Amino acid sequence: MIFRLVVGSLMARGVTVGMTVLSIGLSVALFLGVDKVKTGAKASFSDTISGTDLIVGARSGSVQLLLYSVFRIGNATNNVTWESYLDLRARPEVEWIVPISLGDSHRQFRVMGTNVAFFEHYKYRQGRALTFQDGMVMEDLFDAVIGHDVAKVLGYAVDDPIVVAHGLASFTEHKDQPFRVSGILEKTGTPVDRTVIVAMEAIEAIHVDWKGGAKIPGQTTPVEVIRQMDLTPGAITAALVGVESRLQTFSLQRAINQYPEEPLLAILPGVALQELWGIVGIAESALLAVSVMVVITALIGMMATVFSSLNTRRREMAIFRAMGASPVAIFGLLVLEAILTTAAGSLLGLGFLYVGLFIAQPMIDSAFGLFLPIQAPAGREMLVLFAVIVAGAAVSLIPALRAYRLSLADGMMVRT
Amino acid sequence: MSDASIIKLNDVRFRWPGWPPFSISVDKLSVREGEKILLLGESGSGKSTLLSLICATLLADSGTVVIGGTEIKTLSGWARDRFRAEQIGVIFQQFNLLPFGSVLDNILLPLRFAPIRRRNCNDAPRKVVELCKDLGLPDNVETTKAANLSVGQQQRVAVARALIGQPPILIADEPTSSLDEANQDNFLDVLFEQVRVYNSTLLMVSHNPRLSEGFDRVLHMSEIVNVERAVV
Repeated sequence: MIFRLVVGSLMARGVTVGMTVLSIGLSVALFLGVDKVKTGAKASFSDTISGTDLIVGARSGSVQLLLYSVFRIGNATNNVTWESYLDLRARPEVEWIVPISLGDSHRQFRVMGTNVAFFEHYKYRQGRALTFQDGMVMEDLFDAVIGHDVAKVLGYAVDDPIVVAHGLASFTEHKDQPFRVSGILEKTGTPVDRTVIVAMEAIEAIHVDWKGGAKIPGQTTPVEVIRQMDLTPGAITAALVGVESRLQTFSLQRAINQYPEEPLLAILPGVALQELWGIVGIAESALLAVSVMVVITALIGMMATVFSSLNTRRREMAIFRAMGASPVAIFGLLVLEAILTTAAGSLLGLGFLYVGLFIAQPMIDSAFGLFLPIQAPAGREMLVLFAVIVAGAAVSLIPALRAYRLSLADGMMVRT
Repeated sequence: MSDASIIKLNDVRFRWPGWPPFSISVDKLSVREGEKILLLGESGSGKSTLLSLICATLLADSGTVVIGGTEIKTLSGWARDRFRAEQIGVIFQQFNLLPFGSVLDNILLPLRFAPIRRRNCNDAPRKVVELCKDLGLPDNVETTKAANLSVGQQQRVAVARALIGQPPILIADEPTSSLDEANQDNFLDVLFEQVRVYNSTLLMVSHNPRLSEGFDRVLHMSEIVNVERAVV
C-alpha cells in the first residue's frame, strides 16, 4: 500500500518526475552506448589480425611496427633485406611467411605488395579468412586486389585500370604501368578494406625506371621488357610469420631479435595490440568518464527537483506523520521514491540503448567497420544499472535528510 | 463513561525554539475516557501547539503529559510515533487526504503504522466499506481517488481514517471550518454517531461556538492555556 502511495505521489507529479526519468534515461543510454562502443572498438581492434604468430620488420618500436605493417599508419624507418627474408623463411620453426612491401599509394589508399599466400594466411576476427566479393587473386604481374572501401569510395569494378602513385600523397604517378583490378574483397572492418594489394614483383616493376625516389629522365622501359626482367625485390617492409608450433614462438622471436646480419624486430601481434590499445584506449576512457559525469549531472538534477518539491509536499509528509509515520519513515519514503525514479530512468535508458543500437548498428558497421553486437543485457549492463540506482539512492539521502528535519520540526501541524 | 482520565496535562510548559519567541503553559487539563470535549479558541490561542503536545509530536519542556496512562516523556522518538499511531485518530481542518491515493489506501494508511489497530479489524478492506457506508459516503467510494471527492466527502473519509482500528482518542482540528453550515451540522451528526458506536474520546478544536451543542464539555482556550508571545 505504501508502495502504491509512493507511486501515486510520483504520478501526481508526473511532468517533473517524467522529465527527471527522461534525463536519467538519456544519460544512462549515453553511458551504456559509449561503453558498448568502447567494448566493440576494443574487440574490433584486437580482431584486426589473428592467426599470425609474429610480425617481423626492421628494428624500431613494436607499436610502430604494428602500426605500419597492420594498420598502414606511418612509415617504416628501414627495410628488411631480401636475404634476411630468405634466411627467415628457411628456418625450421617457420611454417609460413608472408612478405609485405609498402610505400606506394593509389589516391588516398595505401598499396601493399605481397604474394598470394597473404590471402591464405591473413586472418581477422578470430580466424576469419579474406573472401572475395567479386573477382579473384592476382594472376598477372599488373593485377591488383582492392579492399571493400577502396572499391566503394573510388567506384571501381573488376577489370578497371588503376594507376599507382609513388610514395604517399604523391602526384608522380607510375603512368607507364597501369594495373587492372582483378578482385574486390568483402568488407572486413580491418585496414585491409582500405588497401590496394599487388604482387611484390609489381612493386619492383613500377620502379624499374626510378631511382632515388625520382623518375630517371627519358628512360621508359617497355612493359614487355619489364616482364622479362628479374623482379625479385631487394628488400621488404615487413613479414607476417606463422610458426610450426606455438611453443616455438618465443624462441623464434628471440632468434630474430638477435639476428646478426641485420637489426630486426619480431613482435607478438596480440601483445603489441594490447600496448597500442593502452594508448588509443585513453580517449575511449575519457569519453566514458564524460558520460559518467552526465549520469551524475542527471542524478543531481533529480536531487534538485526533489529539493524544490519538498516545501509543497510538507502537507503530504504531515499527513504521514499524523498517521504515525516516524521521521525515519519519511526519510525512507523519499529514498524509495528516488530509487523508483532512477530505476525507471535506468530501464528507459536501456530501452533507448537497444532502440539506438537497432537503428545505428548497420550504419556504424558500414561507416566505421565497427560491429556492435545486440545482445541481451549482460552482467556488465546490470551492474551499471544497479550502480546508477544505488547512486540515485545515495544522492537522495541529502533531500531525504532535509525532509526528515522538516517533518521532525513540523510534526503534523503545517502552518500553511 | 469511566472516571479515568485518558488525557492529563499538569504544569506543562513549552517554548518554541527560534524567533519570535512563543511559549505556552497549561496548568491543568484533564479529559475523561469517552468524553466529548470542544476546545474553543481563535487562531493564535495555542491550539496547534496544545494538540501537538497531546499527539506527542512536540515534547513539553516541563510538566507531564499523560495519554492513556502513558507519560509521553518516557517514550523514545520512535515509540512516540508508534504510540500516536495506536492511540490517536487525527482529523485536520482540510487537505486531510493524500490526493493521489484511493479512498481505500487513505483510510488504511494509519493501520500501516499501528499493528494493534490493524489487529482490531480482521478484514480491513471490508471495515472500510462499512465505515464509508456508516458515514454516508456513496457506494464504491473506496476505489475513487481522494482528489475527486468534494470537501465534505473528504472530511468524512478523514473521519473513517481516524476511526479505523478503534483508537481510543479522536482529535479533530477545526474539521468543519471548510464546510458550510448545513454540512457542518451534518458532519457533526455523523461524527457523534460514530464516536458513540466506537466509544471514543473526542477532543475537537474550533473557533465556532455555534458547534457547542452535543459536546459534554466546552472549554475556552483562554481558560486553560496561557500564551506568551514577544512583541516584535
